[in-house]
Amino acid sequence: MVDWTDAERSAIVGLWGKISVDEIGPQALARVLIVYPWTQRYFGSFGDVSTAAAIMGNPKVAAHGKVVCGALDKAVKNMGNILATYKSLSETHANKLFVDPENFRVLADVLTIVIAAKFGAAFTPEIQATWQKFMKVVVAAMSSRYF
Amino acid sequence: MSLTAKDKKMVKAFWAKVSGKAEDIGCDALSRMLVVYPQTKTYFSHWKDLSPGSAPVRKHGGTIMGGISLAVASIDDISAGLLSLSELHAFQLRIDPANFKILSHNILVVLAVLFPNDFNPEAHVAMDKFLAAVGRALSEKYR
Repeated sequence: MVDWTDAERSAIVGLWGKISVDEIGPQALARVLIVYPWTQRYFGSFGDVSTAAAIMGNPKVAAHGKVVCGALDKAVKNMGNILATYKSLSETHANKLFVDPENFRVLADVLTIVIAAKFGAAFTPEIQATWQKFMKVVVAAMSSRYF
Repeated sequence: MSLTAKDKKMVKAFWAKVSGKAEDIGCDALSRMLVVYPQTKTYFSHWKDLSPGSAPVRKHGGTIMGGISLAVASIDDISAGLLSLSELHAFQLRIDPANFKILSHNILVVLAVLFPNDFNPEAHVAMDKFLAAVGRALSEKYR
């Protein structure tokens, strides 16, 4: 079981409340595809991902970024039970999408950087610690149905 | 995943833009590492104050950034340029090399915090590769 203090819960809810998935999602997914180009293996049907500019302008990447980051909303709203919340999404990624769970860690790291860029110094070390704890729990839940 | 000519050019250009704030970058990255990854505090048990932005943290952040600057200047042969730093880390400091990745992540976070526009995806991939290369160079002499 994961324990959240009141301060941690309000930090996550507060941060998430200031984030627009429509803005952050596309940026995060584009950055994953640029910084870790082997992740492009999952997106053969997305059209041109040959350059950073192509990736950043690709509407399918943007749309999918919104889907992926939008799913984080479930975790923010169910912080007490993230494991159960992501059970079926984890199964889908393991058994139907065949996504290496290492990619969840990769996306979490990139999201942290995108959020840091957005909030600047307001993304304090303490808030970063809480956010990374939240990401760790989400990644563990998304990885949970792989074995 | 070695550094291409494009990576080296990007790292040098980006570092030229940000190195004026090297001490702030080092201080903030180290501060964040100590808070977000508390197990790293074990290497600093001899400091009086491990809180973000404290005097020893700021000073040591500056020292670490000096090493990064040296790596940028030695970018065509980072292993050669960091030889004595590698010996220091291997034989005296004996910091577990897993921590190089942790500090690198926090440096990237600070670059995003301080330079949100310049730290675009192309700069990000070049710096990520560069910091990984620095970590490898520092690990060279460990065994």
